Amino acid sequence: MSQATINKPIYLDYSATTPVDDRVVTVMLKYLGRDARFGNPASRSHVYGWEAEAGVEQARSDVASLVGANPKEIIFTSGATESDNLAIKGAAHFYSKKGKHIVTCKTEHKAVLDSCRQLEREGYEVTYLDPEANGLIDPGKFEAALRDDTILVSIMHVNNEIGVIQDIAAIGEICRDRNIIFHVDAAQSAGKIDIDLEQLKVDLMSFSAHKIYGPKGVGALYVRRKPRVRLEAQMHGGGHERGMRSGTLATHQIAGMGEAFRIAKEEMAVENERLLTLRSRLWDGLKDIEEVYINGDIDQRIAGNINISFNYVEGESLLMALKDLAISSGSACTSASLEPSYVLRALGRNDELAHSSIRFTIGRYTTEQDIDYTITHVREAVEKLRELSPLWDMYKDGIDLDSIEWAAH
Amino acid sequence: MAYSEKVLDHYENPRNVGSFGKNEANIGTGMVGAPACGDVMRLQIKVNDDGIIEDALFKTYGCGSAIASSSLLTEWVKGKSLEQARSIKNTDIAAELALPPVKIHCSVLAEDAINAAVEDYMKKRAS
Repeated sequence: MSQATINKPIYLDYSATTPVDDRVVTVMLKYLGRDARFGNPASRSHVYGWEAEAGVEQARSDVASLVGANPKEIIFTSGATESDNLAIKGAAHFYSKKGKHIVTCKTEHKAVLDSCRQLEREGYEVTYLDPEANGLIDPGKFEAALRDDTILVSIMHVNNEIGVIQDIAAIGEICRDRNIIFHVDAAQSAGKIDIDLEQLKVDLMSFSAHKIYGPKGVGALYVRRKPRVRLEAQMHGGGHERGMRSGTLATHQIAGMGEAFRIAKEEMAVENERLLTLRSRLWDGLKDIEEVYINGDIDQRIAGNINISFNYVEGESLLMALKDLAISSGSACTSASLEPSYVLRALGRNDELAHSSIRFTIGRYTTEQDIDYTITHVREAVEKLRELSPLWDMYKDGIDLDSIEWAAH
Repeated sequence: MAYSEKVLDHYENPRNVGSFGKNEANIGTGMVGAPACGDVMRLQIKVNDDGIIEDALFKTYGCGSAIASSSLLTEWVKGKSLEQARSIKNTDIAAELALPPVKIHCSVLAEDAINAAVEDYMKKRAS
């Protein structure tokens, strides 16, 4: 049944967050309430603590299993943002005597970019690489940016806006050769594409639960043991998680994350096929519209993401016209500042196309009917808004918009 | 970001969308904004010999508030003199549409558009 019938829009914003899977809720409830396992996992002296700890360790093992890690290498945090902060600041501070240069990319999540900015304020130097027009980092250009005093590299596995997949295997090889710590934000990739940390030369990896049908407020950081990676803790007070992240473990959250990751490991392959079919159906229904562009490489991309610019139609007006769909836009009007998506800008997209972009991300509960409804309504809305658009008129008249001198305000 | 009823109404029921021939003598055209900012408004007025705006048309590339602001302006200027049209304040537009603070600039752009259209018309008359 199409979701639009239940008076809420059809949810096509799975990259923003996902609903918690029913099976995950069931597991989480086992750790809440008087008759449940409510104990503090750090309580060593009684069964309340032991049974809570067992739940945490099961979850730790489930998370590790999805990504080919040893459970001892998984630290629980409050989310991928915290994991990014811990990885970047933690590693930079610990290894500061070796050097103070960091390399990352302009399209990273704000959790990475803002952590880097903070380090710049502390005297570190950061190089922000430009991706190619398809959103992917060129390994040659990457290597050229490394210096003798580079101590840390942070490159995300899958980008949240355009869904493209970076070649972290190749980047990892380069970093390992030079003994540079390599951090990867895998918030959008874990459970969606294969990750095998036994093969990948990645030292630190951030995970999020709520992007993969787990609860919000919990995540994890993978910290490699062979070769050993050290971090300066950012949260102090009790020495939990091998001294790397103090604070009583949120058992129900962690158990939820573990279950979400366990389900993802089991269902990922089949789910991906289904999502790819749905996404292809969506694109097939829209691709013949004049002047539409996919942002980011279409092949090196997760199955559930498609980000499209509808030229000469502004993104927020499109969202308004599509109020039965829960989607997001790279348009400035939808952000607090008046600047368009920095990710699309970094791809070299001109401002019009950045302002005209819509991100559709589908997931576990998206149906074929949802897709068909979306196609019909997007086509209608684009047509209607183009009738309202002076830029569309000018385009149709053969006027080159780049040649106009705009009276900007 | 829930859209105000009035703003939605201008999108669902557009009025005065279109264009006049730019080069006709009694047409004033104001084009303001820039694609880089995500806002471009083209407002046109048809002025009769008594200096009254008989008709107005618009086209806008921009968010819902921008579309509504320019649409509303075309409704308001019809039947007004050039002076009266020029004296419409963005604050009036913003109040009528209940624009939130972050969207006030859309009404400012609409005010710029009508001023530009009037100016264009007067320039044509002068030459």
